[in-house]
Amino acid sequence: MKKNGLKAWLYLLPSLIFLGFFMVYPLVDVLIYSLEEGYNSASQTFTGVGLYNYAYVLRDPYFMQAVKNTFILVMITVPVSTGLALLISLGLSSIGKLRELYQTIYFLPYVTNTLAVGLVFMILFKKTPYTDGMVNLLIGLFGGRSVDFIEGPYWAKMFVLSFYTVWIVLPFKILILTSALASVKKDYYSAARIDGASGFKIFTRITVPMISPMIFYLIITGFIGAFKAYSDSVALFGTNLNAAGMNTIVGYIYDMLYGDSGGYPSYASAAALILFAIVFTITVINLLISRKKVNA
Amino acid sequence: MNVRLEGLTKHFPSRNKKSKEVVVAVDDFSFEIPDGKLVGLLGPSGCGKSTMLNMISGLEKPTSGRVFFGDDDVTDVPPELRGVGLVFQNYALYPHMTALQNILFPLENLKGAKKLSKDEMLKRANEAARLVQITELMERKPSALSGGQQQRVAIARALVKMPKILLLDEPLSNLDARLRLQTREELRRIQRETGITTVFVTHDQEEAMSISDMIVVMKKGVLNQIGRPQDVYDDPVNLFVAKFLGNPPINVFEGSVRGGKLFIGDEDVMDAEGVSDAPVSVGIRPEGFVPKEGGRFTCDLVGVEVMGRDTSVICNHPAFDGANIRAIVSAENRIDTEKETVSFDLKPNKVFLFDKETGRRIRPGEENR
Ligand SMILES: Nc1ncnc2c1ncn2[C@@H]1O[C@H](COP(=O)(O)OP(=O)(O)OP(=O)(O)O)[C@@H](O)[C@H]1O
Ligand SMILES: [Mg+2]
Repeated sequence: MKKNGLKAWLYLLPSLIFLGFFMVYPLVDVLIYSLEEGYNSASQTFTGVGLYNYAYVLRDPYFMQAVKNTFILVMITVPVSTGLALLISLGLSSIGKLRELYQTIYFLPYVTNTLAVGLVFMILFKKTPYTDGMVNLLIGLFGGRSVDFIEGPYWAKMFVLSFYTVWIVLPFKILILTSALASVKKDYYSAARIDGASGFKIFTRITVPMISPMIFYLIITGFIGAFKAYSDSVALFGTNLNAAGMNTIVGYIYDMLYGDSGGYPSYASAAALILFAIVFTITVINLLISRKKVNA
Repeated sequence: MNVRLEGLTKHFPSRNKKSKEVVVAVDDFSFEIPDGKLVGLLGPSGCGKSTMLNMISGLEKPTSGRVFFGDDDVTDVPPELRGVGLVFQNYALYPHMTALQNILFPLENLKGAKKLSKDEMLKRANEAARLVQITELMERKPSALSGGQQQRVAIARALVKMPKILLLDEPLSNLDARLRLQTREELRRIQRETGITTVFVTHDQEEAMSISDMIVVMKKGVLNQIGRPQDVYDDPVNLFVAKFLGNPPINVFEGSVRGGKLFIGDEDVMDAEGVSDAPVSVGIRPEGFVPKEGGRFTCDLVGVEVMGRDTSVICNHPAFDGANIRAIVSAENRIDTEKETVSFDLKPNKVFLFDKETGRRIRPGEENR
């Protein structure tokens, strides 16, 4: 028994060393940074220890804006992308001919670079001296007033950002859900039809419960991914996100470290730990719910 | 409710996409299942039994032919509206629901005038559970049930909506011999109690014979014979049916009819008046042999197995088409195992003659071919 335990630790050692170096050490380091008040990166000195950095970050309007943006993004994109992916995968699994072709088409955005997709979104939404962008042309066709989606009102920018994010994450979710749907045995559907269930009832009572582990997996990873969003915002609104009012928490952290007004690792660390706390809490809640609901 | 099938046919496209050939799973099937009877649908693997059931339940659309429930043509009615109960070969219980939820599911889908209140549903589900004796297991999920228990849940789920027609697709195939015997008797009892018209698919002839009011023997999608089990056993229409029913199986010999006598080898073993001269296949049921000193049919003795009530005489004959002839004789007959040969007289009603090429039964007085 004891010998076995020793062996197990020996086998685990390489990965433990890696984890220690690249996860535990940075985490501890960030924690220390976040507690050092008045840290100066040039002289590597600080004036005291305390929670001042947290207080500063939480009072910083840019940070609060970033938190608000991130939460809105999470609350919109996670349910919308998961729901849409479910609908599309249902559609995909019910067509017979050309299914592979459609699956490939739906998967294309996943293998496309985010910045390239950003460019396409620019063409769709950006106003330039020459054109109002394709979407505005369409709005014009239906008699609406044109909207500046990139530099205009907050809701318009949020709309584009959410749209973009959903578009980026959709293919992966479709891929996961189509394979989850394919793994549900046909017999259950036959049995449900014999039991007199309507199509909708079969969906809610048979299909969804059967693939619920995968749905929850997507929701949890979706939450984590959306909380860590940054590059999507950059792709659409450029690097000066605070000015655009479209910063995210990770964006704020980056700016605090390397941005034009950067050089504050203590503030960045405090913000990072706040993000960590948020993601951790949400994930734990998710897991608790899924433990209750999901049928493994 | 009686079930009538008229010229039911099902073709499947060939698995090999290039060839245009089709698989004929069921071929021009017509028969009627009388109200409240239990019919055993019997045939070797791949002969189209499941396909038949699926067409009755509506899960498969027939290529041609009609299905009637009572006077209603239901050929184009989807399965969710046919209201039949079906127990799948592999049970297909919903794994994420408890036994109770599984049984409740068909009731939750009832609509209109048939809609039930929560209490009524629970009452009905518990009644069905009592019928198959699973009342203690209602809170368990299928993964926590044994094969036999799962099967009973599946039966309860099929019965709970009180269908007019119950279809069972080899429901006992996953059970051990004891449980098999026990459950098939239970099934029979439930069917009698409820009077539901039932089709029971199996490839086990003993199972079909023991519980059916009527058996239907099919081969490669074609109906061969239909009738009461004993009648089919005593009077098979062809060699296939004769071989398929009976355990131990019928013994088949090469023989010929000459001048109103049946010959096996050089011996004239039986009178066959009214049968014209021709080479024939001779089927003799194991119980058709009567050991007798100086009997008309002589075989090489291989061994004797005493089974208490009966004795199994194992012997051999050059004209026999299998490995060993098995004759079941009453234990009162003493067989001298020292001897090289054993002689029998044959019971005429246990000996069947079949056309050598087509396998069709030849009856005295009938013009064969
Ligand atoms: N979906 C299908 N596509 C093509 N061929 C099929 C299909 N379903 C069944 N078949 C063919 O139809 C024939 C009858 O199949 P069926 O499942 O009805 O047999 P069965 O009598 O139930 O056999 P078993 O006793 O093994 O269950 C078989 O030759 C089978 O290969
Ligand atoms: Mg079958």
